[in-house]
Amino acid sequence: METFLGLDYPTCWFLVVGGLFSGYAILDGFDFGAGAWHLFFKKEQSRRIALNAVGPVWDGNEVWLVIGGGALFAGFPVMYATLFSSLYVPFMLFLVFIIFRAIAIEFRGKEPMLWWRRLWDVCYSISSIMLAFLLGVVLGNVLQGIAIGPNFEYAGSGFFEFLNPYALMTGVTTLTLFMAHGAIYLLLKTEGRLFAKLTYLLKKGMIFFMVSFAITSLYTLLYIPHLSDDFKSNPALFIMPLLTFMSIANVPRLASKRNYKMAFFFSSLTVSLLMVLVAIELYPNLLFSTLDPKYSLDIYEAASSDKSLGIMLLFVAIGGPLVLGYTFFVYRTFRGKVQLDDHSY
Amino acid sequence: MDTELLARIQFAFTIAFHYIYPPLSIGIGLLMVFFESMFIKTKKEQYHILAKFWTKIFALTFGIGVVTGIVMEFEFGTNWATYSRYVGDVFGSALAAEGIFAFALESGFLGVLLFGWNRVKPWVHLLSTIGVFLGSMFSAIWIVVANSWQQTPAGYHIVGEGLNARAEITDFWAMVFNPSSVERIIHVWLGAFLAGAFLILSVHAYYILKGRYVAISKKAFKITLIVATITSLGQLVAGHASADGVAKNQPAKLAALEGHFETEAPADLYLFGWVDKEKQEVTGLAIPGGLSFLIDQNFETPVTGLNAFPEEDRPSQINAVFQFYHLMIAIGMFLIALSLYGCYLLWRKKLFQKRWLLWVFVFTALLPQIANQVGWFAAEMGRQPWVVYGLLRTDQAFSQAVSANQILFSLILFMLVYSLLFVLFVYLLNKKIKHGPYEESEEDDDNRPLTKEISQAVTG
Repeated sequence: METFLGLDYPTCWFLVVGGLFSGYAILDGFDFGAGAWHLFFKKEQSRRIALNAVGPVWDGNEVWLVIGGGALFAGFPVMYATLFSSLYVPFMLFLVFIIFRAIAIEFRGKEPMLWWRRLWDVCYSISSIMLAFLLGVVLGNVLQGIAIGPNFEYAGSGFFEFLNPYALMTGVTTLTLFMAHGAIYLLLKTEGRLFAKLTYLLKKGMIFFMVSFAITSLYTLLYIPHLSDDFKSNPALFIMPLLTFMSIANVPRLASKRNYKMAFFFSSLTVSLLMVLVAIELYPNLLFSTLDPKYSLDIYEAASSDKSLGIMLLFVAIGGPLVLGYTFFVYRTFRGKVQLDDHSY
Repeated sequence: MDTELLARIQFAFTIAFHYIYPPLSIGIGLLMVFFESMFIKTKKEQYHILAKFWTKIFALTFGIGVVTGIVMEFEFGTNWATYSRYVGDVFGSALAAEGIFAFALESGFLGVLLFGWNRVKPWVHLLSTIGVFLGSMFSAIWIVVANSWQQTPAGYHIVGEGLNARAEITDFWAMVFNPSSVERIIHVWLGAFLAGAFLILSVHAYYILKGRYVAISKKAFKITLIVATITSLGQLVAGHASADGVAKNQPAKLAALEGHFETEAPADLYLFGWVDKEKQEVTGLAIPGGLSFLIDQNFETPVTGLNAFPEEDRPSQINAVFQFYHLMIAIGMFLIALSLYGCYLLWRKKLFQKRWLLWVFVFTALLPQIANQVGWFAAEMGRQPWVVYGLLRTDQAFSQAVSANQILFSLILFMLVYSLLFVLFVYLLNKKIKHGPYEESEEDDDNRPLTKEISQAVTG
């Protein structure tokens, strides 16, 4: 088996996919979060500013999903096929909402009528909420495991199985996390009354997140034992949840000091540390079978050949810095508070 | 209805809808790059206006292209799980390359292209426009490579058996440069340029006819007409190369495209016709031995016919494949004739007096779109019953775990959402066109064509 820096290729690719999904969660996380707050802003001007805060970047953020999905397909085709066909309904709903959200962003500003703008405001906000929630639901199902039978085919009971209590909890936790994250992003982009309102909303958001995160964590420890196995067998890993808690605690501390740049850094760090926890909980599995552990799917069963993974690791080595470069360039160009001009939404 | 059929309908519907937009983005992108470069070079405001105007239309097509494209990526996993497991090792690397080398470039610079006019220096903005355009071209490369691999697989070997069989990559560059990819990429690029160019011609012809933005529209029309002429002639070459490749690599598909049944016989080239699959007859107008001549430069050469293949290895919808293919060619020929005639009149300085011709240009915007659609229908239906030619059958490729009801649910959902999306698209496109590239002022009035009564009065 080929290795890179002492890690076998499937493990390397597991890290790549994890990195891409973390990047995606940080980026689309703040723009879904910003969208989820949208209806809390009452004035037309505030809504325009909030929308234009994500205007130049949302499309680039969604590309991380396309790349992450492509990376999963390419590196772990069996996981891609099994996960997507097992969770057919949530993925289809996710697609519908992602389309609605894009339509709302694009079309809201194209007509001046009040009803037109209200309609797309509602559409934008509800789809942002649903998207964050559905991402959490998918994550919850992955963490908890899915009814996989022989040949890695889904053998569960169908339509609404994905809506189980744990998935609902992770759904709400993800939504609240993104809302807090999005509020901090908007704080960086706004001024005046809207800014003042957001400081208030951020406090509420943080409290909701902490409560739902605590409940979800407790449920995980009590009812989903397979997720804590890795921690029990390797106690040194407990440093990770500890770091995560510290990072989370840092966010309200920095926010109360009005240091929103650092607060945004730490809320991004929180998102990625949570993804690291997910990765540790799963590894080396990708998808746990709730029917019989022997049907569970691990990275080696799911992975493409070493040849294919090697080629793609090379792509990442070349393309990764380029992607980071474009992302940096765009955020630099649009840094600072939102200024509306005749090209804005 | 069964799961396979529903999965196929859903894929066909969502991909056909998606494919309205990326070709427009690529084609408009090409001319945006041109207009903006001319602005930087000449500092003439009219090029700046054209670049900004077409960027707005581009934004509309691009946005819809991105979201409907995410749907396509997800559908491989949701509806075609067996296919995804089978080809992931090979197909996945092309898709991953598309994401990392094309989409990131495209979407990264899109924000600057759309919102950065007042924020970055003009040349930085031009670089962003070029970045977005190149990204869309690269994206076409990788997705056509992936599709071409399904048509003419290369650079792989099969590992495992039965349900566990997988194609694994052995030679990346052989996969990328599989026997059909190069000519198909060029064919797709040119198809996209035509879609964009004829939309631009259509809009500016409309302005000229209505006497609005006349000076700027004539400028844009001339430039775009030249691009359209070169592209449509190029498409003749690229299309022929592509068909030659099909003859070599996918004989059953070629036979279906041309409605050719008997292997021993020289093949006729039908200009149009109707295929009766039962009687194995084509009724229509044909050049005897024409197909043999195109393939081998000899009217007598036998061409492999459908009867050379077992029933279960032939495409089932032969007449449909035949009709789609012939419609595409007819449109291609019409576009060549139209653009050449336009160029002739331009040279004779009579182009903008021929109002009927300008009206033809207004409606021709639809034709490259139709040709792109039916061309893909012919390519994909002609590959049947295979999803990967000679390796994996379509009826074995769909998701075993997904029920027909689930697909029916999502299909209805997509039909509703896409209908809404299409209505909004047409509405906003129309609105942007009506609004025009800039606020009209008094001086434009001089450029408006005189009405019949006035010109008669003037000329006496």
